Amino acid sequence: MNALAKPCLDIRSLSAVLPNGLRVLRSVSLAVEPGEVRALVGESGAGKTMIGKAVLGVLPSSVRIVEGDMLLEGEDLGKLQAKARRTLIGARTALIPQDPLTALNPSRRIGPQMTDRLVRILGWSGEKADARIRQLLDEVQIREPERVLKCYPHELSGGMRQRVLIAAAFAAEPRLIVADEPTTALDVTVQKQILRLIAQLQREHGTAILFVTHDLGVVAKISQKVSVLYAGKVVEEAETAALFAAPQHPYTRALMAATPRYTDPFASLKPVDEAVLAGLASEIAAADQAWRRPHG
Amino acid sequence: MDEARISRHGSRARLWLAGGWLLIALLAAIFAPLVAPQDPLAQDLMLERLPPFWLDGAEPGYWLGTDSLGRDLLSRLIFGARIAFIVAFAAALAACLVGSTLGLIAGYFGGWADRIISRIVDVWMAFPPVLFAILLVAVLGTGLSSVIIAIAVIDWTRFCRVIRAETMGQSRMDYVENARIAGYGRIGIMLREVLPNVVPSIVALLSLEMGIAVIVEAILSFVNLSISTDDPTWGGIIAEGRLSIHQAWWVLVFPLVTLILTVLSFSQFGEGLRARFDPVLR
Amino acid sequence: MAEPLFSVRGLKVALPDMTRKPLIGRAPLAEILKGLDFDLPKGSVTGIVGESGSGKSTLGRALVRLLEPSAGKVIFDGRDITHLAEAELRPLRRNLQMIFQDPMSSLNPRRTIASIIAAPLKQNGLGDNLKARVAEALQRVGLPQGFASRYRHELSGGQRQRVGIARALALSPKFVLADEIVSGLDVSTQAQILTLLEKLAAEMGLTVAFISHDLSVIRRLCRQVIVMREGAIVEASATDTLFEKPQQAYTRDLLAAIPLPEIDDAWLLPAAKAPA
Repeated sequence: MNALAKPCLDIRSLSAVLPNGLRVLRSVSLAVEPGEVRALVGESGAGKTMIGKAVLGVLPSSVRIVEGDMLLEGEDLGKLQAKARRTLIGARTALIPQDPLTALNPSRRIGPQMTDRLVRILGWSGEKADARIRQLLDEVQIREPERVLKCYPHELSGGMRQRVLIAAAFAAEPRLIVADEPTTALDVTVQKQILRLIAQLQREHGTAILFVTHDLGVVAKISQKVSVLYAGKVVEEAETAALFAAPQHPYTRALMAATPRYTDPFASLKPVDEAVLAGLASEIAAADQAWRRPHG
Repeated sequence: MDEARISRHGSRARLWLAGGWLLIALLAAIFAPLVAPQDPLAQDLMLERLPPFWLDGAEPGYWLGTDSLGRDLLSRLIFGARIAFIVAFAAALAACLVGSTLGLIAGYFGGWADRIISRIVDVWMAFPPVLFAILLVAVLGTGLSSVIIAIAVIDWTRFCRVIRAETMGQSRMDYVENARIAGYGRIGIMLREVLPNVVPSIVALLSLEMGIAVIVEAILSFVNLSISTDDPTWGGIIAEGRLSIHQAWWVLVFPLVTLILTVLSFSQFGEGLRARFDPVLR
Repeated sequence: MAEPLFSVRGLKVALPDMTRKPLIGRAPLAEILKGLDFDLPKGSVTGIVGESGSGKSTLGRALVRLLEPSAGKVIFDGRDITHLAEAELRPLRRNLQMIFQDPMSSLNPRRTIASIIAAPLKQNGLGDNLKARVAEALQRVGLPQGFASRYRHELSGGQRQRVGIARALALSPKFVLADEIVSGLDVSTQAQILTLLEKLAAEMGLTVAFISHDLSVIRRLCRQVIVMREGAIVEASATDTLFEKPQQAYTRDLLAAIPLPEIDDAWLLPAAKAPA
C-alpha cells in the first residue's frame, strides 16, 4: 500500500464506555486501506460489532465514545456537525447486516426498499436508481429481478435476502462497507456462495470492507488484514496470511486451536487454556490502569 | 444497563407510593368504626354543607366538610372504602380465577379447547361492559354480591385473553419439551413449568383489575344500582356531590380524588410488583 | 458393529404446514421426513448432519417421541415406540433424554439449577437422596456446587449448556439426543462443551445422536454419520469413510463449503482468476 494515500477508514485510539464506567472499546486503532478487506475477529463481547456501529454512527445511546478519532477518507467524523456527519456516512458507507430478515421491512416490497436509499439520501432520480438496482441484482446473480423486486422479504430464502442486501449495499458505490457477520445465519453451502459474491463485488468495485466475524475460517478466506479482538481490545493485528502462518498472541493461538477442522479433528477443538485467559485478564487490567491515569 | 437501573429505581418508588396509599386506605376501611370521626349516616341539618377545615365556616371534627344532609364527608369516604375494597378483592379474585384458568387451558392445550374458549371470549367482549353490568345487576337485584358477580362475569375475559397469549408463548419454550423428556404429564407441565412463568402477569392484571372493579362499583353506585342507598359508597357520594356542585364542590372533588388515587395505585402497584419480583426482568 | 439401540424403518413424519394454512380449516400436511431407514448402534455417537430444511431436528424429535411418526417403525431397545401414547412413553422417558440447542430457552427461568436437574430424577423414582444426586450431576459437568441455587440468567452460555447436559445425564439414560448443542456458543466454549460430552459419552457408554450442521464438529465426536437433505438420507457411513471417501456429490459439496482456518486463495474463486 502507498504510504501517502489516505486510508479509507482510520480509527485512532478509540475508547467507549458504558454508563457504569466499564470500557467496552479499549483504545482501538485500525486502518482500512482503499479496496482492502479488513477482518475484525473475536468472540461474543469482544466489541467487534461495536466498532462497526461506531463507524456507521449507530452506537446504542448507552455507549459513549470518550476518546479517539475516526477518519473516513481523511475527514474527521468527530469534527463534523451531526447532520453533515450523517450525510457523509450515508454517502460513503453501507452495511451488510447479519440477519437479512430483520434488516428488511416485512411489509414493503423489495424494490422500493432498495431504491429508497439511493433516491432519498443520494438524491438520485427514480429511473436512475431503478436501473442501478437492476444492474446490481444481475451482479449478485439474481436470475429473475422482476419477480424479486415485487416480492416481500418473507417470500425469499435466506440466501436470496442476503443477495438483495449485498446488491443494495454496493448500489450506491460506497467507499467502505461494514459487513457484520453477514453469513452467520446461513447454511455452509449458501455461505460459500455469499462469501464468493462479496469477494467478487468487492474486487470489481474496489470497495474497502470492514468484515466483522467470529469465524477464523471466514477470516482466512475473505480478508487481507485482520485484527483479533478480546474484550474491546485489539490483541493482535497482522496480514491475514502472516497471522495464520505464525500467530503471535497466545489468545490468537488458542482461538485457532479451538476452531474445529475436519481435516485434523484431534489437533483442533482444543479448549482455551486457563493460563491464556488469566494472561488476557491481566493484560486488560494493566491497559485500563495505564489508560485511567491520565484520564483521572 | 443504565436504563434498566433507572427503571428499577422508578419502579421501586412507584411500588412504595402506590402500596403506601393502598395500605392507608385499606387500614382505614378495616378500622372504619375506630378511625371515622363521625357516624357516616348521622344527619344534622344544622351542619349542612360545611366546608373543609381550611375554609371559613368550617367546624372542628368535620375535616373534609359535610354534604347537603349534614353528614361528615371524611367518615363517609372511610366507610365507602370498605365497600370499595370488598368489591375490589372479591370481584377481581373471582374474575382472575375463572379467566386465568380458562386462559391457561386455552393457551396450553390449544386445539378445540382453545377454539371454544376463544370464541366465547370474542362473543363476551362484544357486549359493552358497563351496559352489561347494569343489565346484570338489574336482573340479579341490587346488593353487594350482585355487584361482585356482575364484575367477575364481565371481566374474566380480560384475564383469559392475556393469560392465553402469555401461555402460548411460554409453551413454545424448550423447557416445556424438556419437562416432557423428563417424564412429566401435560397437566403437570402446565402447573409446574408454565404457570410459574405467567404468575407475574396474573399478579399485575389482578391488581389492575382491582382498580377497575373499584371504578365499576362506583359507576354502578352512581346510577344507583349498587347496594342500598343508605350505605355510603364512593360512587354514591359522587352522584350526590354532582347535584350540589355549585354550593359544595368538596362533596364531588374529594371522593373523585380518592377514587382516582386508589385506581391509579392499584395499577401502579401491580406493575411495580411485577418489575420487582420477576427474576427475568430483574 | 454392536447391536442397535434404535432401529428405524421407513420413518415418515408429516406436520401441518402453517404457511399454506387456508383461512378456514386445517393446514395441509407437509411431509418432512420421507421414509428413513437406519440403525443407531449401542454405545456410540452418531452424527446427523444437514442444512436447514433437511429434517434433522424433526428426526431427532421423532426418535425421542416428542413427535409421533406418520408411518414406519421406530424400535427402541427392542420395543416398538412408534405410536405409544404419552402415558405409555413415560416409563421409557428416563432412557430417552435430550440436550437442547438453546440452553436459554430450555431452562425454566423461574427454577433454580438444582430444581431443574432434580425434576427428571423426582419424576422417575429417584427422588431419594436428591441433594447428593444433584451434587454429583453438577460435579460431573464441572460446575461448582454453589451453582445449585442459581437461576439461568446468572449463568453464561457455556455454563447453561453444562446444566443442560447435567440434567440429561442425571438419569444415566440409554439414549441422549444432542440437538445443535454448540451452535450458539463461542468457539472456545464450544470446544469445552464438546470435550465434556466426548468424555462423558465414553465414560458412561452413552448412545448419542448428535445433530449438527457443522461437519468439522461431527468428525471429532462421532463414529458414524448420517447426511440428510430434504427429508431423506443422502449418505450414511462410518466417519472416516465419509470424510475420506465421500460417495455422494452433495456430501462433497458440504465438505468443500466449510471454510477451514487456513489460507487458500483458490477457495473463493469460481474460475481460475488471479487473486487481487
